[in-house]
Amino acid sequence: MDLVETGKPGELLPNVASGARALSWWGMALLIATEATLFALLIASYWYLRFRAGPVWPPHGIEKPALGLPLIMSVILWSSSIPAHIADRGIQKGSQARLRFGLAASWLLGLTFLLLQIIAEYPHSLKVAPPSQGSYGTLFFSLTGLHGIHVFIGLMISLWVQARAWQGAFDEHRHVTVQNFVMYWHFVDTVWVFVLATIYLSPHFI
Amino acid sequence: MATATVTRQPLFSRPRSSHKGVWSWITTVDHKRIGVLYGFTAFAFFLIGGFEALLIRAQLARPNGHVLNANQYDQVFTMHGLTMIFLVVMPLSAAFFNYLIPLMIGARDVAFPRLNAFSYWVFLFGGLFLYSSFLLGGAPNGGWFGYAPLSVQKVTGSVPFAHNMDYYAIGLIILGIASTVSAVNLVVTIINMRAPGMSFFRMPVFIWMALVVQLLLVFALPIVTIALFLLLFDRILGTSFYIASNGGDPVLWQHLFWLFGHPEVYILVLPAMGIVSEILPTFSRKPLFGYPVVVLSGIAIGFMGFGVWAHHMFATGLGPVANSAFAVSTMFIAVPTGVKIFNWLATMWGGRLRFDPPMLFAIGFVTMFVIGGLSGVTHALVPHDYQQTDTYYVVAHFHYVLFGGAIFGLFGGIYYWWPKIYGRKLSGKLGKWHFWLMLIGFNVTFGPFHILGLQGMPRRIYTYAPGMGWDFWNMVSTVGSFMIAGSILVFIYNAWHSRKYGEIAGNDPWDARTIEWMTSSPPPEHNFDQIPVVHALDDFWHKKYVEDKGGKLVPVPAGGENGHSEQAPEHEAGEHGGGHGIHLPSPSYMPILAAVGLPLIGYGLIYGFYISIVGGLILLGGLYGWAFEPGTE
Repeated sequence: MDLVETGKPGELLPNVASGARALSWWGMALLIATEATLFALLIASYWYLRFRAGPVWPPHGIEKPALGLPLIMSVILWSSSIPAHIADRGIQKGSQARLRFGLAASWLLGLTFLLLQIIAEYPHSLKVAPPSQGSYGTLFFSLTGLHGIHVFIGLMISLWVQARAWQGAFDEHRHVTVQNFVMYWHFVDTVWVFVLATIYLSPHFI
Repeated sequence: MATATVTRQPLFSRPRSSHKGVWSWITTVDHKRIGVLYGFTAFAFFLIGGFEALLIRAQLARPNGHVLNANQYDQVFTMHGLTMIFLVVMPLSAAFFNYLIPLMIGARDVAFPRLNAFSYWVFLFGGLFLYSSFLLGGAPNGGWFGYAPLSVQKVTGSVPFAHNMDYYAIGLIILGIASTVSAVNLVVTIINMRAPGMSFFRMPVFIWMALVVQLLLVFALPIVTIALFLLLFDRILGTSFYIASNGGDPVLWQHLFWLFGHPEVYILVLPAMGIVSEILPTFSRKPLFGYPVVVLSGIAIGFMGFGVWAHHMFATGLGPVANSAFAVSTMFIAVPTGVKIFNWLATMWGGRLRFDPPMLFAIGFVTMFVIGGLSGVTHALVPHDYQQTDTYYVVAHFHYVLFGGAIFGLFGGIYYWWPKIYGRKLSGKLGKWHFWLMLIGFNVTFGPFHILGLQGMPRRIYTYAPGMGWDFWNMVSTVGSFMIAGSILVFIYNAWHSRKYGEIAGNDPWDARTIEWMTSSPPPEHNFDQIPVVHALDDFWHKKYVEDKGGKLVPVPAGGENGHSEQAPEHEAGEHGGGHGIHLPSPSYMPILAAVGLPLIGYGLIYGFYISIVGGLILLGGLYGWAFEPGTE
């Protein structure tokens, strides 16, 4: 670990920090706070328009969203948090192998989720509820699309973190970047709980 | 322990940190330079927005005016509002935040210097994007709060697919990104980078207000971002969030916009409140009366600001229950604001007042803000509000709050901290001319609006017929607006004049209280040779003065006898010998490169997605280049 002089004779302090001692950890926490507000308002808009629309939801002529594929996608996305967690814990103990494996595995699972959404789920939903034909489709694609963009951003950040990991930039002291990315990734997965509940589950139960 | 050092050649050769030339400004990551850039850009937009105001007043000076036609008038008044809110008051506040936060908390820079540069460039390009609409077919014309379904309309006059409100939606989203990024940066700075000993309740009130404003931005901007995205989708993708015939609801826009819009009001005025809370104690030579109460009422305003939005919508028809609830919450929010007013009055009470320009502007702020606050309380009365909605009474109210409030406070701040930034004072005599001309011109311009509004003159009309009883007061108001313009010319001359002839300021020209006055004027790049250790609120004051047995102030004897003046101001005055070993972040091209991508993405949304792809690649390239770039070299 790098030690730097503080100015007082003989006093040395570490020049790396992680967790809540690092500035970037706070930056990521605040970014997540503002992003969470973004999702909260879009979900609130969904419920506002849903209750203004009257008792029949989705509106007449639109079938309720199919649950099979979205639930499989959900399991894939949520399971990607496990290798991300392994990577985070691994590098805190100095394990480069667990770091690299965990990041790569979570990246692949996230990519699978996104591809399934684009290739399988969206073409089906586009036929059922096109966004230009009313508020239901509009809300459906805005909310899932906003989440999809966040998954995409997460994948791009992960590429950078993985490149840095292969360069050997992280060790048991110097790993706040990994922590921050994993925090963001858990956030994206957590938001999906609310998106799933609102978009896919609520029309079946409310 | 093995140190993982990565050695690579960066993509571009790195700009060197030098102190001169255009490139050093383009690549700078120094919070002081970025603050100055924010200030000058905001002032340029202030002149443009002021010119638009003069056009409006020229058009309305007489009935059936011919200066502008209806379409031009719509664009000019919309852009006047957008400019003054998003391109003047917010970035001018950001200028103070950027320049002063690290100096006032005893830090070397903000938490993320390159991110700070990115915020500035995104703000600049967002502003230019918004203004480019004038050249590309027409500026936003739906009013600053862009009510749906009008704002969803694509037809403007004879143009079937006008892009006016596309520029509104995209421009404000870009500016919102700039403010969000900056807010995250400054919150992290204030929480984590305070000097040793500066606990939260030893922070200057300005820093407290800055913290509240940044937190408001973090939670309020995503709201309007969502609202604007939905508007944009309705316009370019044919969705139907705000279109009632298709299952949407235009009132959703109103809720979202004002849920952002009311906190926005406090985002605009709290920085000025913070500035005034620094100026009044200095020029009264007394501590701020009730410091914790001022701080807590600022925090209370921040929270309550999210609970009053529907008072902008009393005439929308939400029903008596909702209207009554929001009427009560609106009356409540006047309480913490009133508390602050009385604290400022008590600060001046019995003080040895000096009426230099900063003090004049601060007092101008307090008095004008009281008038604006009182007319604001009348909006809380729902039946009264029905009468006032969309009349000039509302225009009078928010100009008293935002011009009489925010702009007066910010000018006070400019006069107060100018010597710290440039090492020379602005002329006090010209400053007094500026102040009195502006104060009188302001009241002549906006005072009559109260009368016009109560007489029923609607806002946003491009002209009016003679014989409505509005002719006289409109002419008076136009005369006043040109007086304000004259006062701004005095200020510009004053600033120009001070470059050579301004009185040399020294470190502490006002005998001030907070630690930014301990370092030299202008401060060195590293701010402080030695980070000060803070022992009390108004620490610098306590290093200069002690009370004798009778409670009278006496200067601390040279050499510092009172135990905690390890860094007497005299030691700072000379050459900055101690700054050589201090590590500062290197300048970078990446923030401006990444920022260029955002307006390109915006143009692509209007003119074709291929431009967006180019913009997206530039943004991504800039961000990756940035991410792989080491912080210092």
